Amino acid sequence: MLAQSRAQVPSNGHPKFSLEAAGLACVRGRRTLFRDLSFALAPGELVRIAGDNGSGKTSLLRILCGLLAPAAGEVRWNGEPIGELGEAYAAELLYLGHAPALKDDLTAAENLRFARRIAGDDADQQAVREALAELGLPDPDMPVKKLSQGQRRRVALARLALPRPPVLWLLDEPFAALDPGAARRVEALIQAHLGAGGAVAYTTHQPSGLDAGVTRVVALGEGGAPGGGA
Amino acid sequence: MLGVARAVVERDLLLALRRKSDVGIALLFFVIVTSLFPLGVGAEPNLLRAIAPGVIWVAALLASMLSLERLFAGDHADGTLEQMLLGGAPLGVIAAAKVLAHWLVAGLPVVLLSPLIALQYDLAPALYGTLALSLALGTPVLSMVGAIGAALTLGLRGGGMLLSLLVLPLYIPVLIMGAGSVELASSGLSPAGQLLLLAAALVGAAAFAPWAIAAALRISME
Amino acid sequence: MTTAIKWFWYASPQTFFPLAGKIAGWCAPAAAVLAAIGLYIGFFVAPTDAQQGEAYRIIFIHVPAAWMSMFLYVVMAFWAAVGLAFNTRLSGMMASALAPTGALFTFIALWTGALWGKPTWGTYWVWDARLTSELILLFLYFGFMGLKASIEDERRADRAGAVLALVGVVNVPIIYFSVQWWNTLHQGASVSLTRAPSMAATMLAGMLVMALAFWLYSIAAAMVRVRCLILERAR
Repeated sequence: MLAQSRAQVPSNGHPKFSLEAAGLACVRGRRTLFRDLSFALAPGELVRIAGDNGSGKTSLLRILCGLLAPAAGEVRWNGEPIGELGEAYAAELLYLGHAPALKDDLTAAENLRFARRIAGDDADQQAVREALAELGLPDPDMPVKKLSQGQRRRVALARLALPRPPVLWLLDEPFAALDPGAARRVEALIQAHLGAGGAVAYTTHQPSGLDAGVTRVVALGEGGAPGGGA
Repeated sequence: MLGVARAVVERDLLLALRRKSDVGIALLFFVIVTSLFPLGVGAEPNLLRAIAPGVIWVAALLASMLSLERLFAGDHADGTLEQMLLGGAPLGVIAAAKVLAHWLVAGLPVVLLSPLIALQYDLAPALYGTLALSLALGTPVLSMVGAIGAALTLGLRGGGMLLSLLVLPLYIPVLIMGAGSVELASSGLSPAGQLLLLAAALVGAAAFAPWAIAAALRISME
Repeated sequence: MTTAIKWFWYASPQTFFPLAGKIAGWCAPAAAVLAAIGLYIGFFVAPTDAQQGEAYRIIFIHVPAAWMSMFLYVVMAFWAAVGLAFNTRLSGMMASALAPTGALFTFIALWTGALWGKPTWGTYWVWDARLTSELILLFLYFGFMGLKASIEDERRADRAGAVLALVGVVNVPIIYFSVQWWNTLHQGASVSLTRAPSMAATMLAGMLVMALAFWLYSIAAAMVRVRCLILERAR
């Protein structure tokens, strides 16, 4: 029921949506990581959240997801605060965090399928296998505990290759632990998603092939108001 | 929403199937604890018959509590819990689904095994039904209330012991009603009153605990 | 509208700090005075009981302490709920400040109950309904304090404690009634420890005065503790 109400990314035409961060502040422990942070994200836009380790990149991403409440400010989806939207907002986004979010005792294919089902959607066996193949994984029925770090990241990232993904992608260090071939595949997926009218915000502290197409850079720094311009 | 709940239950059952030793260990603990009491108090049949309902219930309680630690910890550690917070159903529904899967794997076997333990204690066979029924009604309540504690203590050091401290006092009414129902039956009185109270507790817990679990999970995951 | 503003004005820890000091400064001596009066009534004025002799006098401490232990748990849960609903830090601090005093009164109730039991029934501990309920309440207090102590992050500690306190407060009546029933089920010949002798007016007056004294003491202690917490957290 929820799947149908999501803003599907049609093959032509761009769905209208907007993500706004307004006056966000984040305090972890006794440190103010950032304050007065505002920016917006529209269809087709790519935002890169940059900063050193510990500067609050992951916290910002989690605030955008709704997993963490900001110390000040709010996040709005299509004008409405995400706190009030609940799962309706969660259905529109795909979040990949630091941890690959995979169960060791399940196979890659099972993990991917469950991840989709728990997000409220589904994917048939064929689509799951194709997505895993796209990320260069040879054996979808291998239990995850037998996979290397890089291979696990690729299983997690395979969610990006499934059909009908959510419009908003929030990716935390998507290129970490990937070899150049896999990194290029992920870049291609992100470019395709942007082309189809989706939006992506990602954190990284290394340069990548996406840098040229970035719409906006949110640079987190010493705890003051960060630079928000492109 | 039901699709998501089904996916969660299926996933947890599949995981339990692939790690049968985890399940077996909890059940074994239940059996071992019940074996300890006769060794501690002596094997005099009248005494054992008298303490049987209480001992079986306490063992069920302890077994439930020990297995609760693992309810959310695994998902928390590998990041799947975060994905559930962003899932396609209200967190309360997902939490209830996890508790259901947990009960099927940890609570139901205790219910089914209870007549065997009752046999060891020479409890009158006529009472097996009441005992099993009281456990069938009570262990889901234990799972649900315990899950609140598990959610609150997620990721804390000293987790297991702290969880016991939080949860055991809340278990006491269920213990009293469950063991009490069997005691009433053994004195020839009707256990219906206490069993109905257990049923009411089950309905109440099913209605309210998922939201407390969801709130606790959100608090712990920030 | 102005009253609403006033409340939230005092919800700020900095503004509340001096107010807390004033309240404590007033309540502490008042508590001492009332306690003196209450104990005087209890130990000198109230008549000797026909059945229990002088030993019964301990109820002037036991019963008000038991009342306070339960009352403070409810107040603690109230502040915890306010903190969860309005996201105010001070409410969480109030709940933390009340817990140790509540636990103290629970402990006093248990000890005085035991001291009452020895001369009256020959044994220090009887699994009496009230004493058992108080024991469980003590565990609930310890659980609350233990949970808060185990969580580093203050915000998470306050909110987790709040959820626990609310779950606890819902369970307190359930625990109380199930323990009552359990006691009747297993009641052999033993008589209830807490059946106080039939109340003479002076006895009731004495207990009420002591209850009031304990209440004022609780307020003073909580205010002092809140001030310490405010200072700690402002660091």
